[in-house]
Amino acid sequence: MCSVCGCGEAQLVLDKDKPAGGHAHPHDHVHDHDHDHDHHHDHGPHHHDEGAIDYGQGPAGAHAPGVSQERMVAIERDILSKNDAYARENRRTLAAKGVFALNFVSSPGSGKTALLARTIEALKGRLAVSVIEGDQQTSNDAERIRATGAPAIQINTGKGCHLDAHMVGHAIETLDPEPNSTLFIENVGNLVCPAGFDLGEAHKVVVLSVTEGEDKPLKYPDMFVAADLLLLNKSDLLPHLDFDVGLCLANALRINPRLQTLVVSAKTGDGLAAFVAWIEASAARRAAALAKG
Amino acid sequence: MHEMSLTESIVEIAVEAAQKEGAQRVTRVLVDVGALSHVEPEALEFCFAAVSRGTLAEGARLEIARLPGAGWCPDCGKTVALTERFAACPECGGFRVQMTAGDELKVREMEIA
Repeated sequence: MCSVCGCGEAQLVLDKDKPAGGHAHPHDHVHDHDHDHDHHHDHGPHHHDEGAIDYGQGPAGAHAPGVSQERMVAIERDILSKNDAYARENRRTLAAKGVFALNFVSSPGSGKTALLARTIEALKGRLAVSVIEGDQQTSNDAERIRATGAPAIQINTGKGCHLDAHMVGHAIETLDPEPNSTLFIENVGNLVCPAGFDLGEAHKVVVLSVTEGEDKPLKYPDMFVAADLLLLNKSDLLPHLDFDVGLCLANALRINPRLQTLVVSAKTGDGLAAFVAWIEASAARRAAALAKG
Repeated sequence: MHEMSLTESIVEIAVEAAQKEGAQRVTRVLVDVGALSHVEPEALEFCFAAVSRGTLAEGARLEIARLPGAGWCPDCGKTVALTERFAACPECGGFRVQMTAGDELKVREMEIA
């Protein structure tokens, strides 16, 4: 049984060619939750299989005896407080290993996976990268990433529309990214829900493609507010479209004046050098900030 | 539908508090949802019955208080009402309004038996 949460006996496979023997939580330290609630699971067993974690299962029950009259109890707790506690824990785990994590969010089809694969190639020999892939179903994306040589784990959210910090915490445990590396988290393709869920990342990176319309930042503002960097992808298609790059970036900056922006093409590699430089500079800045405490 | 996982959090928080109080069941849960938050109250209500089934909160009534949005407009120098998260100031039309209220997402209190 998993020492982290009591989830059932299962096999996790990080790399199809090298199946991990038995249950693969690679270290056996006590999982130290120092937030004030029990680490208990009301979500039914989640299923670990072939480098994937499946959250397609529904909620289960909890029971406690006790007798009292009807009365009001003040709670005053943020609905997201549970997620945020897990996110803090993830952030602490990542900081302790010097891992720089980015959470990639976008609508489906913006080219996130292609962009990540290309970026991993560009970072080869400079920064070690591992990847957590989130999708409702299939491990196609994790396989595409593994083809680049980077370790990847797939989380299948089932009916879920976003990754949450608890799922990502388990994935980090399993993936066990090497010290001072970079972790890419590719969220479920959805420009709405992932905005509200902190995963413990250093930055959210929103990917938008030029086939989507300049007003996406105005239509889905939450995501553009939550992000620190906008990658405008598929710039190779611009000659064939009436897309106004300036208008799109102006819309994004109206929503979030602090947003940084880069125009890139995962297909031709245009603009990727700037993105790689951004990653290296941001990772170094974060490491320096952590070293200072 | 991230309302489903938000509802799971609401039920978890309520059940945890109810267990701490030694309650047998939860009869009412009051939550605050800001008008500018990324949550659809109807979806929360829809999910609540399904998510609470089999827990101490089964059958409880979910009451959602919708809190109005407001922001500080530095150009007008005052707090103005906001109906959209990144809307222009309703008085001067400027876009520099900083949201000060309306993104609440909180379990306020509950009634237990």
